[in-house]
Amino acid sequence: MYVQGSYPIIEKRAIAKGIFDMTILCPDAAALAEPGQFMQVAAEGFFLRRPISICEIDKEHGTLRIVFEVRGKGTDKISELKRGDNIDIIAPLGHGFTVLEDAKAVCVGGGIGTPPMLGIAEKYGSNAEVISGFRTAAIAILQDDFKAAGCKTTLCTDDGTAGFHGFVTEPLKKRLETDKPDIIYACGPAPMLKGIAELAKEYGVRCEVSLEQRMACGVGACLVCVCKTVKDGEQFLSHVCKDGPVFDSKEVDFT
Amino acid sequence: MSERLKVNFCGVEFKNPVVPASGTYGYGREYESLYPLSKLGGISVKGTTLYPRQGNPGPRVAETPAGMLNSVGLQNGGAKKFLEYELPNLLTKDTRIIANIAGSTVEECAELAALIEPSAVDMVELNISCPNVAQGGAAFGTDCTVAAAVTAAVRKELKTKPLMVKLSPNVTSITDIAKSVEAAGADALSLINTLLGMRIDIKTRRPVLKRNVGGLSGPAVFPVAVRMVWQTANAVKIPVMGMGGIATWEDAVEMMMAGASAVQVGAAIFNDPYAPVKIIDGMERWCRENNIANISEIVGTVQPW
Repeated sequence: MYVQGSYPIIEKRAIAKGIFDMTILCPDAAALAEPGQFMQVAAEGFFLRRPISICEIDKEHGTLRIVFEVRGKGTDKISELKRGDNIDIIAPLGHGFTVLEDAKAVCVGGGIGTPPMLGIAEKYGSNAEVISGFRTAAIAILQDDFKAAGCKTTLCTDDGTAGFHGFVTEPLKKRLETDKPDIIYACGPAPMLKGIAELAKEYGVRCEVSLEQRMACGVGACLVCVCKTVKDGEQFLSHVCKDGPVFDSKEVDFT
Repeated sequence: MSERLKVNFCGVEFKNPVVPASGTYGYGREYESLYPLSKLGGISVKGTTLYPRQGNPGPRVAETPAGMLNSVGLQNGGAKKFLEYELPNLLTKDTRIIANIAGSTVEECAELAALIEPSAVDMVELNISCPNVAQGGAAFGTDCTVAAAVTAAVRKELKTKPLMVKLSPNVTSITDIAKSVEAAGADALSLINTLLGMRIDIKTRRPVLKRNVGGLSGPAVFPVAVRMVWQTANAVKIPVMGMGGIATWEDAVEMMMAGASAVQVGAAIFNDPYAPVKIIDGMERWCRENNIANISEIVGTVQPW
């Protein structure tokens, strides 16, 4: 179930260079949304909508929050929308993360793959550790949000300007050795996801990854957003919008 | 819905002339939570092949000015899945069902037609124009002799159902192909399929699409589609279902004035899933405001200079 409509932006700010944070008042969409799902956002003057992951869901206040990076002319156009403007969205789309009861989770975000970790981390609060990695300190986003949700945060930067100097896989490995979680959630660049999937397999921990791909319809009709998956030894071309964006890491073919 | 939009398209009555185009609407399942499918004149379902197909590797899509390129490659679950799983559900939706079929060889197309013939679909649309497959597809639809041969082979198997043949715009003369297909026994034509195109990422010097080239659709192709529908409708006696870049009710009216007896709406749905419904409502309103008792009155009424 999803809806399409034009909804008011009730909050908007730039939280880092080229990274925008918007809260949309859309009670009908918010009521349906689960962590890990995404929305298709119309960019004025562009034919295709832009898929953007849902960062935070507030069902009580009827809002969805998105945090996105300007990647090209389409997302640049969306970033020009101001507080009070309407934004045309189709949401919520795809299937999100599996939430386990009474469990410990590690949420791993890489760069702009970090925002969808907030919605799922909030479900676990102090039972979640959020390991997030960024190129540099200036674009290390959402750390206060994760802390406010009660989560333990481990920040990594590629250049060592903040937190641990290195990739997210190193603190993740350490955590897996010392205090194995029940599940790992991850979103970020493909090489990072591949590394996390390998660690999850090595340590026998369930792992869900959120993938991205160029999309058109966003609802499973046009079949353009393919990703390679494996089930029972058989290879498939699945669709990120409908079969995902969240997949069990064992079923993703990262080759 | 009033009588104003009711059309008879080669013997099949449609409650309105608006049909989501094959490959853009799946089997309707993805859109029926937004509005009842009974609003639609019909649905041309996702292209079905004899056996399941995985389609092409990704990326399969590239945005273009006022449109998009796709290179799906007829990914589908095959005829058995369509007939046993999708069709029974579609038949409960109170809308006309057009089975869209494609094959790699003439024999395969004929075999598929024979499987579809006893089913309850209202029409068959034979796709001889997919630009994204190595065998069959546009290779059938760009040569008059081959196009006629595959049409005749499918015609022979379809004893009771109307046969509509979907044409490729990637030809020197659309009217030559249209006349060949008509002579081979087609009851109707649908056009245009996508125009072959290409985009290159200038940073990587690689094509955006993994298969290098793909089919262009969206408003960018609309004038080409109007021209080809106009030429074709004037060259054949069988009805034409017009498509290619239709995004608004005005576009649909224009396409019908060019000679289309009904229209298909495709890529516009990706931008606005309500597009087919808005087009139907807009046409209805336009007919009422202009005292047009039935939309068929406008078909081919363009007055060329």
